[in-house]
Amino acid sequence: MADPMKIRATLQGDVADVRVLMAHPMETGQRKDAAGKIVPLHFIQTITAQLNGKTVFNADVSQAVSRNPVFAFKVKGAKAGDKIVITWTDNKGEKRTDETVVRAAGS
Amino acid sequence: MHDTRRTVLKGIWSVGALATAVGAGLLSPGRAFAAWNKGAFEAKSAIDAMKALGVANAEDSKAIEIRAPEIAENGAVVPIDITSNIPGTTAIAVFIEKNPFPYTGSFDFSQGAVPYVHLRVKIGESSPVRVVVTAGGKHYMTAKEVKVTIGGCGG
Repeated sequence: MADPMKIRATLQGDVADVRVLMAHPMETGQRKDAAGKIVPLHFIQTITAQLNGKTVFNADVSQAVSRNPVFAFKVKGAKAGDKIVITWTDNKGEKRTDETVVRAAGS
Repeated sequence: MHDTRRTVLKGIWSVGALATAVGAGLLSPGRAFAAWNKGAFEAKSAIDAMKALGVANAEDSKAIEIRAPEIAENGAVVPIDITSNIPGTTAIAVFIEKNPFPYTGSFDFSQGAVPYVHLRVKIGESSPVRVVVTAGGKHYMTAKEVKVTIGGCGG
């Protein structure tokens, strides 16, 4: 099981600024290990984010995303206490879902 | 009378062509880019990836902002911020033209999400970063050159 994501959602006016850090090697399938063997492709393919159960952000990505991916996005109409749920799925079918609540700026 | 019949026949033909195009994934109804598009992700040129996504007809736009370093010292982690100022933006797609597989990802926005995304990518060698925005069923693009001193692929 992959390590949990770190998600932060901070309100700026009525816009939630969401930042997420995922723990994932994002192997490109081109890198060689110390023994000179190619490390197989292993990367996150899809990411979805929901605000109070409604999908607001959806991403399909490639192995060109950096190791331990960081993404940020913004959702208008959010309030403090709203729930953000983020799920990623990788090319081996592994999944990870984590959640947080939207916080007012400075709290 | 002949004219009417001709128009009808033409109409039937174009409906058929449209259905074929939808079936072939050239036009995706609703969501800008449906399920993880293997063909686009495995394309070796940005234009082939754009064709696979049905966005190859994108027109140049100045209403898309790409914030990325002009010179990235470390190609393994290049931060990119993209904002679309085009009304009705539903999706942003990113292509790193000189990477082995240029199509890097698509980001879809709905239910109040602002058409903005921050991501961090690997760039193998100095390359234009091309961004295609989908808004109201049309596609718009812009590009920004990023110079890389140490590549982010292989190694």
